[in-house]
Amino acid sequence: MQYLPYILAGISVGGQYALIAIGYTMVYGILRLINFAHGDIFMASGLMLIYLSATLPLFIALPLVLVITVLLGFIIERVAYKPLRDAPRMSVMISAIGVSYLVQNVALYATGGLAKTYPAIPWISDTITLFGSTTKRVTVITPFLTIVLIVALILLIKKTKIGMAMRAVSRDIDTSRLMGIKINNVISITFVIGSFLAAVGSVLYFSNYTAIVPTSGAMPGLKAFVAAVFGGIGSIPGAVIGAFIIGISENIIKSGGSGWTTFSDAFTFVLLIVILAAKPTGLFGEKQIDKV
Amino acid sequence: MKRKFTGILALCLAGTMLAGCSGENGTSGTDGGTEKDKSTVSDSGNKTIKIGIFEPASGDNGASGKQETLGYLYARSVQPTVDIAGETYNIEFETVDNESSTDKASTAASALISKGVSVVLGSYGSAVCIAASDTFKEAKIACIAPTSTNPQVTLGNSHYFRLCFLDPFQGTVLANFAKDRFSAQKAYVLAKLGDDYSVGLATYFKNAFESLGGEVVYETFPEGNSDFTSYFTNAKNANADVFFSPTSLEAAALIVEQAAAQNWEKPLLAGDIWDSNVVTSAVKGKNVDNYITTVYQEGSNPEFDAGFKAWLNANPDMLQNNNGNDDIAASSPMGYDGYFVALEAIKAVGSTDSVAINDALWKVNYNGVTGNIVFDENGDAVRTEAVVKHANTENGSWEFIATQGVTND
Repeated sequence: MQYLPYILAGISVGGQYALIAIGYTMVYGILRLINFAHGDIFMASGLMLIYLSATLPLFIALPLVLVITVLLGFIIERVAYKPLRDAPRMSVMISAIGVSYLVQNVALYATGGLAKTYPAIPWISDTITLFGSTTKRVTVITPFLTIVLIVALILLIKKTKIGMAMRAVSRDIDTSRLMGIKINNVISITFVIGSFLAAVGSVLYFSNYTAIVPTSGAMPGLKAFVAAVFGGIGSIPGAVIGAFIIGISENIIKSGGSGWTTFSDAFTFVLLIVILAAKPTGLFGEKQIDKV
Repeated sequence: MKRKFTGILALCLAGTMLAGCSGENGTSGTDGGTEKDKSTVSDSGNKTIKIGIFEPASGDNGASGKQETLGYLYARSVQPTVDIAGETYNIEFETVDNESSTDKASTAASALISKGVSVVLGSYGSAVCIAASDTFKEAKIACIAPTSTNPQVTLGNSHYFRLCFLDPFQGTVLANFAKDRFSAQKAYVLAKLGDDYSVGLATYFKNAFESLGGEVVYETFPEGNSDFTSYFTNAKNANADVFFSPTSLEAAALIVEQAAAQNWEKPLLAGDIWDSNVVTSAVKGKNVDNYITTVYQEGSNPEFDAGFKAWLNANPDMLQNNNGNDDIAASSPMGYDGYFVALEAIKAVGSTDSVAINDALWKVNYNGVTGNIVFDENGDAVRTEAVVKHANTENGSWEFIATQGVTND
C-alpha cells in the first residue's frame, strides 16, 4: 500500500497528459503537423477560467471557457496554419512555434508574469481519503473522465460521417479533396476536438496544481507530446496508453527514495529514447497508415 | 472574402502582440520620461544621475522582484533628488527585467550598463546576481542586492553588496528554530534543482540540522515541476517532523496548496523568499502550518508602513504590482533601504562616477527601516538576528513569532 499514493498521482496526471496528447496526435494524423501551440492553448484555457471566474459564477464560467478555448484553437488554425496549407511542412511548423510564443507572451502581458491561483471548483477540488492515502477528488475523477471522453471520440471517428471523412483525410489528403471532402472543415473539426480536450485537461490539471504562469503549458505539453510519440504519433489509443505509462512511471520514480526524484523528468525522456530505438514508430505506430 | 477575414484576424493577433510589448514597459515601472544622457539637464532644470534597477518582473521571482522595485520607487517618491558637490541632481531609474533567468541576466545587465547607470540596485534572487556579477564587474559598476542571501553573491568580489543576512546564517537559524520549537528529530528538505538559492539554503539547513543531532531526508525537484504530492508522500513515509522547502514563490503557491490537499499537518518551513502576500493568500482558509524566516516584520517601523501603504493605495498600478493588496513584503522595505544606501554613497563621494561610488559604499553607515546597515569585509550588511513569521490561515496575513539568532554554542 506504500506505493498507492504514487500510483494514484500517476494515473491522474497520466489522464491529464492523455487529454492533451490526443490534440497532438490527431493534428499530426491529419496534417502531419506538430502543433507546438497546443500546450499554450492548454495554459491559456487555465488563465481564462481564472479571469472569468473572478466575475462570473463557475457554472457559467466553466462552459464558457470550454467554448472560448475551442474558438481559440479554431482561430489559430484559420489564421496561422490554413494560409500555409500548400507551403512546405517546415513553414507550418515554424508558424506553430510562432503561435506558441505569441500565446505565451500575451499571457505574460496579461498576468504581468506573476503566478495566478486557479479557483477551487466545488466538489472536484475537495480533499478525500482513499485507502488511507489523501488526495483530491479530481485525481480519482480524471482517469474515468478521460476514458469516457476517449471512447466517445473513438465512436465519433469510427461511426459518424465526419469521422469517416477524418479517417479519409488522414490517409490521403489529396485524394480526399478530389473525392469532394471539404478538408478545411475536417481540419477545423480536428482542432476543435483537440482544443476541447485540452480545455477539459486544463480544468483537471490546474485543479490539482493550482498555480499558472505563462510557461505552465510548456512542461505538460512536452510530456503529452512525448506520450503521443511514445504511443506512436497519429494513434489515439497509443497516445492515451503512452500518457498513462509516462504519468505513472514518473511518479513511481519519485517514490524510489533519496536521490532518484531528481531524475523524474530525465527518466521520461530516457524511456522515450529506449522505446524509439527499439520500435521507431512508437508502441502502436503501425506501418499500415491507420491514423486518427 | 475569406482571405480578407483571415487578414483581419492576423492583424488583430499582431495588434495584441504589439500591445503586449508596449505594455510590458509600463508594468515594469520604467520611468518612461526622459531618454537623455546622464549629463543632460532634465525638465526641472536639475542634472540627473541614473540608477539601474536590475530586477525580475517575470519568471519564478517576478512577484518578489516587483515588490522590491516598489521599495525603490517609493523611496524615490520620498527623496527624488540628491545633492552632489553642492548641486541638486534628479534621480532617474533605468529598469530592466532579468526574467528571473540566469540566461538572461548578463544581457539585462549589459543593457543597464549601456544606459550609463552609476550604481545598480538588485536583483531579487541570488542566482541572477551571481550570473550578472562579472558583467557589472567589468563595467566597474557597484551593485546593491537588498535580499539576495546566497554567500556567492558578494564573496570574492568588491563590487557586490548585500543588505540582508546570508543563507548559512538563515539555514542555521531555521534548523535551530525547528529544533527549539518543534523538537524535530527528522526533517524533510526539498530543493529546486539548479537554483543556487534553493540548493544552497537547503544544504546549509541540512548541515546545521545534522550538527544539532537531527536526521535529514534531502530531495530535489526539477525545473517546471508542478506535482509535489509525491514529495509529501515521501515526507510522510519518512516520518519527518518538519518539511523545509526553500523555493521560489512560483513553487511556493503549489507547495502550500498540495500540503493542504495531502493533509500535511506538521510545520512547513521556508526561507525569506516566501515572505510575500502570494503565500499568505495561498494559505488563507487552508490547514497549513507555515513558518518562514525574514528580515522585516510589518509593524516594526510604523512610519514607513503608513507611508508605503498610503503611496500604494494612491497608485492602482503599484497596488497591482503588490499582488493587489497593501500587505508589506520584506523585500519592499529592503529595497527602500537599498535606495538610501546608494544615495548615502553618492552623497559621500560627491560625483556620479561609478568607481568612486563603489569605494564609498564600503564606508556607508546608515540607519535604515530594517536596522543599521554597515558592510563587513565581504560587502555583507552585518545582521545577527532573523525574524520568524507564521502565516495566519484565518485572515491571510503574517504574524510575528520570534526573533531567532544562532544558539548552538
